[in-house]
Amino acid sequence: MDSLLNGSRPPVFCPGCSHDQVLHALDQALVAMGLSAEEVVMVSDIGCSGLFDTFFNTHAFHGLHGRALTYATGIKMARPDLKVIVTMGDGGLGIGGAHVLSTCRKNIDLTLLVLNNFNYGMTGGQCSSTTPQDAQVGSGFLNRLEKPMDICQVAAAAGAGYVSRLSTYDKGIVEGLKEAIAFDGFSLLDIWGLCPGRYTRRNKLTPRSIEADLAILPDLGDYRTRNAREEYGRAYRQEAARLQPVSKPARIEATCTPPQAGRSEVVVLGSAGQRIITAGELLCLAGASAGCHTAQKSDYPITVMRGHSVTEIILSDVEIEYTGIENPSVVIALAPEGVSRRKKMIAALPPEAWVIKASGIDLPPSAATIIEVDFKAEKIKSQDWALVSLAVLAKQNRVLNMDMLKAALQLRFRKAEYETALAMVEKAVESLCR
Amino acid sequence: MALTLMEGNEAIGWGAVAAGCNFFAGYPITPATTIYNTMLKLLPPQGGVCLQGEDEIASIGFCLGAAMSGMKTMTATSGPGISLYSEQISFAIGSEIPIVIVDVQRLGPSTGSATKGADGDIQFLQWGNSGGFPVIVLAPVDIRDCFVLTVHAFNLAEQYRCPVFLAANKEVSMTRETIDLDRLNLPPVMDRKTADAAQPFMPFGVKNDSLVPDFLPIGGGRLVRQTSSTHGPDGYITTDPGQIADMQKRLDDKLKKSVPAFTYYDEYLVPDADTLVIAYGVTARAAMTAVKNLQSGTPKASLLILKTLWPVPEQLIREKAAAYKRVVMAEMNLGQYVREIQRLLPDKKIDFLGQMNGELIKPGQIQEVIIHG
Repeated sequence: MDSLLNGSRPPVFCPGCSHDQVLHALDQALVAMGLSAEEVVMVSDIGCSGLFDTFFNTHAFHGLHGRALTYATGIKMARPDLKVIVTMGDGGLGIGGAHVLSTCRKNIDLTLLVLNNFNYGMTGGQCSSTTPQDAQVGSGFLNRLEKPMDICQVAAAAGAGYVSRLSTYDKGIVEGLKEAIAFDGFSLLDIWGLCPGRYTRRNKLTPRSIEADLAILPDLGDYRTRNAREEYGRAYRQEAARLQPVSKPARIEATCTPPQAGRSEVVVLGSAGQRIITAGELLCLAGASAGCHTAQKSDYPITVMRGHSVTEIILSDVEIEYTGIENPSVVIALAPEGVSRRKKMIAALPPEAWVIKASGIDLPPSAATIIEVDFKAEKIKSQDWALVSLAVLAKQNRVLNMDMLKAALQLRFRKAEYETALAMVEKAVESLCR
Repeated sequence: MALTLMEGNEAIGWGAVAAGCNFFAGYPITPATTIYNTMLKLLPPQGGVCLQGEDEIASIGFCLGAAMSGMKTMTATSGPGISLYSEQISFAIGSEIPIVIVDVQRLGPSTGSATKGADGDIQFLQWGNSGGFPVIVLAPVDIRDCFVLTVHAFNLAEQYRCPVFLAANKEVSMTRETIDLDRLNLPPVMDRKTADAAQPFMPFGVKNDSLVPDFLPIGGGRLVRQTSSTHGPDGYITTDPGQIADMQKRLDDKLKKSVPAFTYYDEYLVPDADTLVIAYGVTARAAMTAVKNLQSGTPKASLLILKTLWPVPEQLIREKAAAYKRVVMAEMNLGQYVREIQRLLPDKKIDFLGQMNGELIKPGQIQEVIIHG
């Protein structure tokens, strides 16, 4: 095979376009590396560089502007054996900047060819992220206000394993391409060239001036040593191979009998750090251990360890339809942060509802039966109040019973944690309910 | 009966794995993050891939590349992420890339309320693509649907080579519920149809009266050409109006003509009811309680729960509503899907109940509309 170019779609670029030369150099590099068409995927961006996939007779993927690296990453993770080559212009570099940085940081084995011609050729020569400030382009004065980006410095700083600047007109371009493609990790080539259709109409740029400009760019230093590391996909698979498969979700057999038939609604009002959500989960597990359908909804702010924590639980002997709480039979009030979120609900409670309230918590007046618990006097830690409240309920056979609570603790915790929790609960209940 | 306690989002994750999903990529966003957490636990240990993109655009982009390389992919986000997906969604539609996209809806507009539910993206999911092509949108009512509809979503994505949305809602996704995993009625897993090895491969060509092109993965023994540009059957850009028209017509037809094959719904029929309540998603649960509360009095109402929202199951809606004088539509937005109902049932009286305050619509509110209009 002497060429991977597409016999049915001969390359067509504007006369003098540097892309044409890069295309042929890339073909020579691929052929010299002994790669077959089936081993290569050309992923191209939008703009004139987006024509590359059509002109090659390889696997081809052409997508949205700036996003070529995202598809290439998906392809490479799915098929690590393929050579994935991405072409984009300086336009794609700008719009897809986040993807360029992220790909550098990943060090996934892709080769990115930036066909850098300092302007948006396809849309009329507007400025891009690499347009010099003194250039005359289709964006009026705007490019005078923005510094062009040296993508090689950026990529080196972002962790790319291989970065190189090249002139399209450099005799060593084929070798440069081969080296980048052969690199085991992410390689980025910043390839400078002429856009005769747009850019060089108003700006003086020649192969010789490109060479001179490239020569005075700052050296990239020892980035290669700093960024040397395992290729991303291989590192990913090594990490994954060390993981244990997750066990199937636990199936809870009904081993207990619930104390009440019908639907029970429980609301726990507390603050972050009181393990309110865990208590709600335990109540659901307790219900499931008695064959009840259960549902839990929780409400908490974005802060951790600060702010309200509210959980609402439904236990029902039939499948739960509406998951809102309309008529709670029990409200557990453990912190003002939680109480302040449900003042209206508390005020509307009927006489048959119970409120378990930590001593010192102010509640709006209501008709409900109030059970005050002095957790502090019993030296029970705030983080255990919600669990102990469940135990108080269980002791009264309201909503759950002790068998159900024990079953829930067993389902939720490992043996040692279970024994500690159970001992704490039993001690607390004994002193509180004596 | 053995029950399992899990969150709706976890059920979506397990459903995805049951459907053969082996690639997930997402960007954390409440209330969808726990799908990503679940996939990160499930996929890598079994040889699959789970990635966190640098943004939503990258996350879905990873999926599109992997999907065309033969993987079964899913991504999950909420309204703000769907906005960022939009261009990639259009790509997946036009280039016939199978992918499951979960939208765990939260209260919008914009960043809105991260932890409040809504069904405010229902028209957006259908019309958020450039070109205005049909998409499939399924809406789970409860945890069982989260599991089962996810399997259906994968099957449909494979069968029709298109994006399939799961229009979840914080109120379903982040609610923990009991589910009987042994009694799920799961459909058999389906895979995309592979192109015949004896025929020349046309990436977007269809044979006979099929509306879906056969698939070959990128990286296989035969070359595959994939493009977001307007293309002919061979995958090359085309400017031929005839070819363009054929392709556009086929994209439109392939889902619209197949709706009866994936019209998922539930119903609760009350004898002598003259009103039909139509609902979807979490609101269907309040509607169920409402119609049951009223079934022994007057007026009575039956309930139709739509689980396939797009393309609109027009035939189903017309048939199911035929016997009723009046329709009550309830949804967690200010009037989106009711537009479709009004369009389909111009001769019926349609009463609408919408709410967008971060709270569930209550059974009592629906009863009120059934009774008083």
